Amino acid sequence: MRSQSTNKLIKNIIIYILLILLAFLMLVPFVWMVTASLKMNKDIFVIPYQWLNPEPRWLNYIDIWTKIPLAKYALNTVKLTIIVTILQILTSSFAAYAFAKLQFKGRNILFLAYIATIAVPWQVYMVPQFIFMRNLGLADTHLAIIILQAFSAFGVFLMRQFYEGIPDSLCEAARIDGMSEYKIYAQIMLPLSKPALSTLTIFTFVNTWNDFLGPLIYLTTDSKKTLQIGIKMFISQYSAEYGLIMAASVLSLIPVLIVFIALQKYFVAGITTGAVKG
Amino acid sequence: MNTISQKRRKRKQALIAYSFIAPNFLGFAVFTLGPIILAFIMAFTEWDGNNPMQFIGFSNFTSIFSDDRFMSALKNTIVYSIFTVPFTLAVALGLAILLNQKIRGRTFFRTVTFFPYVASLVAVAAVWNMLFTPSEEGLINQLLINVFHTEPLKWAASPNTVMLTIVLFSIWKNMGYYMVIYLAGLQGISEDLYEAAALDGAGSFEQFRYVTLPQLKPTTFFVVIMLTISCFKIYDIVYMLAGGSNGVVNKSAIVLVYYIYEEAFRNWKLGQASAAALVLFAIVLIITLIQFKGEKNYAND
Repeated sequence: MRSQSTNKLIKNIIIYILLILLAFLMLVPFVWMVTASLKMNKDIFVIPYQWLNPEPRWLNYIDIWTKIPLAKYALNTVKLTIIVTILQILTSSFAAYAFAKLQFKGRNILFLAYIATIAVPWQVYMVPQFIFMRNLGLADTHLAIIILQAFSAFGVFLMRQFYEGIPDSLCEAARIDGMSEYKIYAQIMLPLSKPALSTLTIFTFVNTWNDFLGPLIYLTTDSKKTLQIGIKMFISQYSAEYGLIMAASVLSLIPVLIVFIALQKYFVAGITTGAVKG
Repeated sequence: MNTISQKRRKRKQALIAYSFIAPNFLGFAVFTLGPIILAFIMAFTEWDGNNPMQFIGFSNFTSIFSDDRFMSALKNTIVYSIFTVPFTLAVALGLAILLNQKIRGRTFFRTVTFFPYVASLVAVAAVWNMLFTPSEEGLINQLLINVFHTEPLKWAASPNTVMLTIVLFSIWKNMGYYMVIYLAGLQGISEDLYEAAALDGAGSFEQFRYVTLPQLKPTTFFVVIMLTISCFKIYDIVYMLAGGSNGVVNKSAIVLVYYIYEEAFRNWKLGQASAAALVLFAIVLIITLIQFKGEKNYAND
């Protein structure tokens, strides 16, 4: 009996040691980021590192807005993220409704086309896609980024999975009542699919907000750039402006942090939809 | 009469269905399917994007396979995958088991472990770049000197350690994602199995060895496939950690997608870029086929 409780104690001690290590590993970079963002450049790489700064330099958070057009970058990113997310949700849920609840010729073939392209990484066709968009006059436009992100096969797939779980009898009953398919979609399916919509929203939001390679290829004019590309350019040009770089980084993380904390459970649900067999 | 009206109704139904699919499908067909087909054509042509395309057969493939940078890119991507996949997997499984225990603050720990996955790469890579500063003042070098009493490393600044830096960073950034998948897998294991094992006298380790691991086999398989595919698509991490101020990645860290990017958008050799893209596609396709086969096996179990 006694050895069992000692065992348990040892187990608990090990667990808590591991947890403390984990917390360090995950949090130290972010704490360092925030503390460094409040320092002068010359105070950042000193030994030992000053974790508590008696005179935080808030000026970094003011200077960064004038050093680079951060507000413009942020505005561009917000604009793109909102438009892409809305388009993605509308078109995906719309198409998914037909794939899940309507009978028509070519349904399986069309759906197969979607599934097959999930297996083709974007990096494989990013070059011809760019050339194609350039020929349409879409290089260096926000419209290109919107098109790039708004019609993903993933969204259709995710929404269809969810709609399949809603009983067909619900739609049948509505049809007998004389509701049109559009009404059934808008008044029955859409309200029922809030969890899946939330999952898709947060995925699209985070992907668009953090997208790097797309804007890097397409956006060349400075005033059109997104936060990610803008900050990267700033880092390349002023690699020794440590304090400002960290301030910009902190600012760019805040929206993601807020959305993530608010919608975290839908995120986890989205990951496990694809992962767990069933 | 009857059949005609039935036919008409069917046609009307189909039209309604197409109207639902059209907005997404048009965008998808024009901007995704089209370029995918174009990628296959371009790989066999010489093209700079302006002058007419010239069909040149397999020359692009022979020239990339004799290109030093392409071979380095292929090698580095494979090396990166070989190190990243098993370590990320092991850490993710360990974390899932740890954070599946009934402990205080479990949600908090899960959140902080997962957050780097959603955090903007540019921001977190900027921090790690500074933490991995090659001089002695860097936080990680300080840790090496003062705690582990070893020589400081040059990290991303040296060709010997640049891949190590990239691997460590990507494990840190992505392990939370795979942990979530493993957590779902763990929660799917029936409590009865553990009770039965405990009745048979199995200790914690035996339970892990004979219950947890075998039950997680499908999850592990899925994680290996997903991780490997994502490793072959790596680009942005390398660009952020190893790209110089002009964004050029040198031979010690170049990866496949960077090679495609460079050939296309810096050198405007679209044919060669597409040939390299098809090599990437072939690798990913093989992994996906292994997945299909594996999933069938698990379904038969």
